[in-house]
Amino acid sequence: MSELTSLTLKAALDGLAAKSFSAAELTQAHVEAVEAARALNAYVVETPEKALEMARASDDRRARGEAGPLEGAPLGIKDLFCTEGVSSTAASKILGGFKPTYESTVTANLWRDGAVMLGKLNMDEFAMGSSNETSAYGPVVNPWRKQGSNADLTPGGSSGGSAAAVAAELCLGATATDTGGSIRQPAAFTGTVGIKPTYGRCSRWGVVAFASSLDQAGPIARTVEDAAILLKSMAGHDPKDSTSLPVEIPDFPAFVGKSVKGLKVGVPKEYRVDGMPAEIEALWSKGVEWLKEAGCEIVEVSLPHTKYALPAYYIIAPAEASSNLARYDGMRYGLRVDGANLTDTYEKTRAEGFGTEVKRRILIGTYVLSAGYYDAYYLKALKVRRRIADDFDQAFQKIDALLTPTAPSAAFALGDKSDDPVAMYLNDIFTVTTNLAGLPGMSLPAGVDASGLPLGLQLIGRPLDEGSLFSLGGAIEKAAEFRGRPQKWW
Amino acid sequence: MSIDAATVRKVARLARIAELEDRLDPLSKELSSILAWIEQLNEVDTEGVEPMTSAVKTPLPMREDVVTDGGDPARVLANAPKVVSNFYVVPKVVE
Repeated sequence: MSELTSLTLKAALDGLAAKSFSAAELTQAHVEAVEAARALNAYVVETPEKALEMARASDDRRARGEAGPLEGAPLGIKDLFCTEGVSSTAASKILGGFKPTYESTVTANLWRDGAVMLGKLNMDEFAMGSSNETSAYGPVVNPWRKQGSNADLTPGGSSGGSAAAVAAELCLGATATDTGGSIRQPAAFTGTVGIKPTYGRCSRWGVVAFASSLDQAGPIARTVEDAAILLKSMAGHDPKDSTSLPVEIPDFPAFVGKSVKGLKVGVPKEYRVDGMPAEIEALWSKGVEWLKEAGCEIVEVSLPHTKYALPAYYIIAPAEASSNLARYDGMRYGLRVDGANLTDTYEKTRAEGFGTEVKRRILIGTYVLSAGYYDAYYLKALKVRRRIADDFDQAFQKIDALLTPTAPSAAFALGDKSDDPVAMYLNDIFTVTTNLAGLPGMSLPAGVDASGLPLGLQLIGRPLDEGSLFSLGGAIEKAAEFRGRPQKWW
Repeated sequence: MSIDAATVRKVARLARIAELEDRLDPLSKELSSILAWIEQLNEVDTEGVEPMTSAVKTPLPMREDVVTDGGDPARVLANAPKVVSNFYVVPKVVE
């Protein structure tokens, strides 16, 4: 049944509609693939019984003529999304055993449209990491390996489980989240497509919070069209999230394949950074050529505050995290480690429950918000954030979208950067700007490096203009002819 | 700005995280190096710039202040570490 797991989401939906196979058959094939791929550590919870039950219910709906837009499609769900009755831990010990009694809005939207849940996907703890190594469940292993090497590589992070599962054909698509690049960098490292929509497109309700002004959910999929289909179902206004935008959801899949003739695409000169591999530079130039051939006008633009985005992010995100993660006190849910008194219980619970990187970020956040440092760090960062957003505003007066690399390298070996926090943070150098400005950004695979590892290009759009990204992404996808899938070794 | 071990101890206390004494020095080095890297923000002229507190330009929506949910203690308490007759049990707060 392995051919069923190799289908794109679109092809699988067409096959289900044509009754070439049932949702139960499609789901069974995926359940078997998931079981056979435990070496990747992509799933932290497998829900095969639930998946098959949902698949049979889906087949019944289809038989009654009530098929939804995702009817019968087996998906993986990042462990950051609360799923009713199914363990949801944000890959943290402090949420060990937590089974929500409610469903996140994004996953509820997927089930409303007929999708099937295969299980929960591994990730960096509380989405804090770029290599999946901060997970309490241990890292995900990238299904891709360098040619002629057996060394384990990172799938990126924080949505490493989502990206690895999609690349290894352990689901037709997956939910993910992106606070500084957590959808796009793993997508680039695994040869998959990931889009972080405009801030406010997808509801944050029921998604474990990391940094609320930056967090945004989005899909990871194997094609641009599949990502468009998934985003259309995930998005939508939700009164339970006050920052959810009360706007119509465009028909995203209809933008894929649309002509991009006449679109103006900016190339920001500040994204040429020291030490960037020549292959990434070359791929970027190829991307420019492909878009030119498709009829786009290429414009050199300047985003002068780009280099300050990452340091500003490492004040704002930890500050918001230190506040959001204050809720994990061992009183109402999750881990409790009993101490001599109330304060001692709090301190022991949090020391035991949080991992090293999460504690590091809580400490930074607490420090920059503490008396005497608030203005110098936090307020300063919020002003720099405004400067970064203004840079984009000005650029978008002249252009319709931006083209950049997604990450400054291909997938690196597990353990390579885990001793140096700042080196790890630099992974997000090209992605973090869009979170700060609230803009949509998409990563799509465009080629491979000399050792055969996938490389991604990023498209950045105006607020609420995911449509242009799907059109431009479709054009690049067609020109790049990236068909690579990892060689199965697991 | 470098952070010494005493500051780490104070911040850890504020964050309610018990850090072991032998972790304070390594942490002060790690946090200092991160903050040294962040210092480059001082190169940016932010005179007269309004701080950006939200990525969305729309105003926060208002709704009627009415009860829309509740009356389900079993669901609320389902994940509590310790429960006695529909109450969370916590360590003694007042001596």
